[in-house]
Amino acid sequence: MIQPRKHLLGLEGMQAQEIYQILDTSRSFHEILERQVKKVPTLRGRSMINAFFEPSTRTRVSFELAQKRLSADTINITTSGSSMSKGETLRDMVANLEAMRVDMIVIRHGTSGVPHMLAEHTRASVVNAGDGTHEHPTQGLLDLYTMRERLGDLAGRRVTILGDIAHSRVARSNIWGLRALGARVTVCGPRTMMPKRVEDLGVHVEYDLRRAVRDADVINVLRIQLERQGTNTFPGVREYARMFGITNEVLNTTKPECFVMHPGPMNRGVEISPEVADGPRAVILQQVTNGVAVRMAVCYLLIGAAGEEETRTVHELPRAVPAATA
Amino acid sequence: MHIEFESLPREYVLAGGMLVDPEAKAPAPGEIHVRDGVIVEVGAAVGVSASVPRVDAGGVHIAPGFIDVHVHFREPGQEYKEDIESGCRAAVAGGFTGVVMMPNTDPPFDRASVVEAVLRRGREVGLCDVFAAGALTLGRAGEKLAEYFDLRTAGAVTLTDDGSPVSDTALMRRALEHAAMVGLVVTAHSEDKSLSRGGHMHEGYWSTHLGIPGIPAASEELGIARDLVLARETGAPIHVQHVSTRGGVDLIRLAKRDWGLDVTAETAPHYLELTDRELVGYSANYKMNPPLRSEPDRLAVLEAFADGTIDLLATDHAPHAEMEKDVEFDSAPFGVIGLETAFGVAHTQCVVGGRMTLTDLVRRMTLLPAQRFALPGGRLAAGTLANFALLDPSARWQVRTSTMQSRARNSPFVGRALRGRVAATIHRGHLVHRLATEAAVAAIG
Repeated sequence: MIQPRKHLLGLEGMQAQEIYQILDTSRSFHEILERQVKKVPTLRGRSMINAFFEPSTRTRVSFELAQKRLSADTINITTSGSSMSKGETLRDMVANLEAMRVDMIVIRHGTSGVPHMLAEHTRASVVNAGDGTHEHPTQGLLDLYTMRERLGDLAGRRVTILGDIAHSRVARSNIWGLRALGARVTVCGPRTMMPKRVEDLGVHVEYDLRRAVRDADVINVLRIQLERQGTNTFPGVREYARMFGITNEVLNTTKPECFVMHPGPMNRGVEISPEVADGPRAVILQQVTNGVAVRMAVCYLLIGAAGEEETRTVHELPRAVPAATA
Repeated sequence: MHIEFESLPREYVLAGGMLVDPEAKAPAPGEIHVRDGVIVEVGAAVGVSASVPRVDAGGVHIAPGFIDVHVHFREPGQEYKEDIESGCRAAVAGGFTGVVMMPNTDPPFDRASVVEAVLRRGREVGLCDVFAAGALTLGRAGEKLAEYFDLRTAGAVTLTDDGSPVSDTALMRRALEHAAMVGLVVTAHSEDKSLSRGGHMHEGYWSTHLGIPGIPAASEELGIARDLVLARETGAPIHVQHVSTRGGVDLIRLAKRDWGLDVTAETAPHYLELTDRELVGYSANYKMNPPLRSEPDRLAVLEAFADGTIDLLATDHAPHAEMEKDVEFDSAPFGVIGLETAFGVAHTQCVVGGRMTLTDLVRRMTLLPAQRFALPGGRLAAGTLANFALLDPSARWQVRTSTMQSRARNSPFVGRALRGRVAATIHRGHLVHRLATEAAVAAIG
């Protein structure tokens, strides 16, 4: 039995058993998504706030859909920049949300650690929907889910994460999750985008794309935002595409069953060529579908599995989720 | 150990203590005859008439009052963080009877009138000796030299742009030359800002783990290298602030041993005790500049402090209001307070840790800063100021915000158990701090 957790702040430190629990739960919710009526009453009466301090479309929509399909009441707050710009501290904002008695706060913020700070000051469950360059745990989980769907057991599988590792929260969550499940992780990207001592996270570092993908079972391609960095991290998109872009030509050098993932939004023609993005080896839209199922599972496990149904173990869930009555 | 007396007369003999004389080899029992704020005589038994009252120090160690050459008291301009009075209260609570205020106030100490005003305010408060560091450049903007002769005349004891190092190397060269001629040591915050800009913690394993933008050790090392090369070029004396890296230590060792420069260096208690690992949890009370470094850096700094490569201990006491620190990590200002915990931290790490003697630690906090910046005090000798830190080296205590005297609470040591505490502080003969009985009782162990 896994100790129920209150917050999902990151995949760091999460044991394989718990990851499997979330992924298994996701699978049963995935089933609901394939039904004609995609809504269950599981979280009826629970209120959730999605506070997005950074622009996001797919993650926000994915969370909102997941919550609505669980019948939770959801509110979205979208602000760019820090709450400080309005003269209100994050603490004040949390206190206000707290006072409104919400059950869950899903937060995305441009500064690493903000969800952790929030979790310290609220009784609500906090879900990190991406913090700075730290973690994006639900993305990590949906990536794991997608890989597991295709590969089964991930132990010993080779996953190559490609791109700006230094500035990627997706990379970090992937690394923690994949390592916990026993996968062999290679990170590949330009020297200037490789964080210091990244190998101490238990990954192999490779600067040569062909070598990085040769034995890979999966290539997880990260979005490159040369303009956002504002510094001379790389000569430009052309140089990047030529050295690190995933094209059919590159895929011809990999194992034939190797598939390509991308957390989106994609820069077609930069980190991934259009023919790969739309080709048979990409599972990018499956990731998006899976994201909803995984976020349903996360919301359910954090606040739905407790309370009156406390005694029910999560493994019983697939049968326990009541079919929606129209 | 507890100090019984609540005030002190004009003339007295401080007896019943162990004297920690920074010019002696080891602590020894002794007495100090004080009159009108000045030491009249120090000895095993001083010869005074029976009419002079004897004050029982209750077995504590008596050291010269500590001198901190690096504090931020935020006055004028940001008194909500700290002011000269609250800063002085924090200082004496930590055994300090002399502090050098950094010039990054608003307005900064870039002209005589501001320096005169803060020194006057320090005398009015009267708790400890307040000194001021003048700015190197006008407005600390790094563009035009301030008037060093004027600043010195007003009382400035050193010159620095502190946290805004002069990035123009040619200007820094002129600053060193002019300061040397005027007779002031330049105090350098050595940092290559182009490398550290945008960073919020040490760049290393933990910045990668936590996803916090890093400040590479190279930014400090390059800054120190540049400033030392300029000191060699100009022959000017230089004091390097808050050394935090192994590379910085190596460079200072090189400059002292091989280049024979007139260079001194300081480090702060937090670099002796803490590492970048503390940032797990994202508390901005561990955020300062230079940042907490890796464990190998910490050990190198400790070793360099023990062997004298790093001469002084200075706190870089940098108060910030709670609301300023309690924000998103990247938005929080750099800086932590340190006056009230400095002795406890350094004593625990250096003396209890077996790296240096109590006398040597006291020397680094008294005699050496006094000599380097030609400040009064720092000695237990006839004719010098009757400034004392009364120490209880064996006291075990836990750092708590409730007993802090600073207006700020941004200490990285809250909750830590320390060995060695300041029992009382005497400034110019007067008792200016005494550990509350309650606190003494609450002290753990």
